[in-house]
Amino acid sequence: MTPRVAVITFPGSQDDRDAVLALTELGAEAVPVWHASEELPTVGAVVLPGGFSYGDYLRAGALARFSPAMEAVARFADEGGLVLGICNGFQILCEAGLLPGALRANISLSFVCRDVALRVERTDTPFTSRCLPGQKLVIPVKHGEGCWYGDEDLVAELEESSQILLRYHEENPNGSVGDVAGLISREGNVVGLMPHPEHAVDPLLGSPDGALILASMLDAVRERATVSV
Amino acid sequence: MKISVLVRPKQGILDPQGEAVEGALRKLGFEVSEARVGRVIDLEVASGNAEDARTKVDEMCHKLLANPLIESYEIELHDA
Repeated sequence: MTPRVAVITFPGSQDDRDAVLALTELGAEAVPVWHASEELPTVGAVVLPGGFSYGDYLRAGALARFSPAMEAVARFADEGGLVLGICNGFQILCEAGLLPGALRANISLSFVCRDVALRVERTDTPFTSRCLPGQKLVIPVKHGEGCWYGDEDLVAELEESSQILLRYHEENPNGSVGDVAGLISREGNVVGLMPHPEHAVDPLLGSPDGALILASMLDAVRERATVSV
Repeated sequence: MKISVLVRPKQGILDPQGEAVEGALRKLGFEVSEARVGRVIDLEVASGNAEDARTKVDEMCHKLLANPLIESYEIELHDA
């Protein structure tokens, strides 16, 4: 069975086509969805790609969260559907309240664009099942506002519920609290990442480690389809 | 009714933009500290009544204009 994944394009999205290419390369049928769509096609997962939706006006992700497609994505997530937000997608998920905390300007105030090392904190999720516990991944980041912030209480709560999925390893490129590079929702079906797995699926481009995350998600889509039949 | 919304980084939250601005002012020889950078949103709100306008703008701040996790806001009403 070919897993179907929707990739939402907002005005200002940049990595939607790379996400489609990477998912296709990994054996999925990627379905592009324009942000004005009020309904999602029948899919097993949704990817919110990187870029600068609505020019990042007001705050990154603040305007995109009110797109008609985001209402459909919120309903899909509520029903347990798998949602992966990458970079701007992570910012949108935080603004929409589907993930906790907020993403702010990098402490350096510089745009960072390079490979970073990450540590996988959990492997019992639909997004990391192909990883080994504590595995180090190399995946690129490219963002100006990737400094995740949560207050002490929130960070303690996320540690307690093991919602920090990926952390920067050895060097934190943006100053995020707790070295947070990626979070998972309490229910375990919504993930946001600052690194770009869709840019790291082929050794030709430096590292194939991003494929572990995308392929884990596709495995989960296949499994869920089998269970529901 | 003309209204301004002042959005600021919350107290205690690191503001790298404010720090950069403060550093630049110091280089220019100004003795300043605690610079913070926020934003101003000017609005014309369809409402004849100050209380009603303030309630509406408060709702706008909650829903969109400010992120309560990291920002505080202040609403200023201007006489027409």
